[in-house]
Amino acid sequence: MITPKELAKKIQKQEAFASGGRWCAGCAFPMIVRTILAAAGENVVVSNATGCLEVTSTIYPYTSWGVPWIHNTFENAAATLSGAEAAYDFIQKQDEKNLPKFGKELKNKKVKFVAFGGDGGTYDIGLQSLSGALERGDDFVYVCYDNGAYMNTGNQRSSASPLGSSTTTAPAGKEHLGKEELRKDLLKIALAHNIPYVAQGAVHDLIDLYNKAEKAFSKKGPAVIDVLSPCVNWKIAPGTTMEISRIAANTCFWPLYEVDEGKYKITYKPSKKLKVEEFLKPQGRFKHLFKNAKGKKIIEKTQKEVDRRWEELQELEIFTNRK
Amino acid sequence: MDKKTSKQIPIGGIIDKPKTSLLNKTGDWKKMRPVIDESKCIHCAKCVLSCPENCIAIKKDGKRGDVNLDFCKGCGICAKECPVGAITMVEDK
Repeated sequence: MITPKELAKKIQKQEAFASGGRWCAGCAFPMIVRTILAAAGENVVVSNATGCLEVTSTIYPYTSWGVPWIHNTFENAAATLSGAEAAYDFIQKQDEKNLPKFGKELKNKKVKFVAFGGDGGTYDIGLQSLSGALERGDDFVYVCYDNGAYMNTGNQRSSASPLGSSTTTAPAGKEHLGKEELRKDLLKIALAHNIPYVAQGAVHDLIDLYNKAEKAFSKKGPAVIDVLSPCVNWKIAPGTTMEISRIAANTCFWPLYEVDEGKYKITYKPSKKLKVEEFLKPQGRFKHLFKNAKGKKIIEKTQKEVDRRWEELQELEIFTNRK
Repeated sequence: MDKKTSKQIPIGGIIDKPKTSLLNKTGDWKKMRPVIDESKCIHCAKCVLSCPENCIAIKKDGKRGDVNLDFCKGCGICAKECPVGAITMVEDK
């Protein structure tokens, strides 16, 4: 177990993701990126899908990255990394005397590969290439920072947007109360590829996230980590990023769990499960739900879905850990 | 950053130096700035970890260092996360 002090020192020493980027005040992904990279160790290659993280961290001619970094379009962060990993693999198999200078250097290094994508680039556009990379069994970690919409372009609905959230392409009005569909369960899709490790983390518990990332990097084969990344486009005050993430875990809207070689483990069980209203109420994107009876029904439906998933998760934990 | 001529720009327009965003001081975004009450601070490093700008330092002995206001955007997460309430946000003038 790492202590917060050790993790902070590690992050400071590594300097993998520098200050000076133009993400909004109170953004959650810088902490996520730093924690994941601290777990990856010294030699790491990062691939980044288009999204908030890419746009704000690399405003030409500036970059916040202190590690090798490749940007590619929305749909192929995983495919790009797959290629980089294949090239590394090829070099490992070659005779040292046949390699050029950089190849010789690379042959003696243990390199980790990590891809970062937002929920738009993971749940929607990049799903196909992610699925391909997972199926091929490439040795990499895919991290999705999930803020529940296309926040980079100004809050358009994605398949990770929760039920009832008001977005510019599914706005709340008289007829419709925001998004009418439930969110997609990315980790179930990832699990369907029979990969060694998937986990769900949140930004408020960085120690837990670090442990999960460390486990993910230690596996031979692909791993997927989905991290809740609260956004100011949720119409919350900038300073409440961590707080809202904590409430999401306590309401079980965003349970923290991992699936290690098919075995489920819930890493955080709230001592008192809060009602989902507590998570929805502070956010401006849900405020229309609290105005009429129609909105109340959506809150009830959300609660029902959260309860269903939480129960399912607990049962899966018992089922997969039986002897 | 100095202006470059077309011949000085690397092939592909890639950025050839890491962490150049450090030249871009985001500190002028802030309306509020954190003030730390040293007598209350228990050096738990929670504020260090939860700062998106990574502008609160940690010393080698594990104690919290100074706040680098050059990059602080004034989001106030540190004040909310501090378990002993040692950080207050004041108006930045």
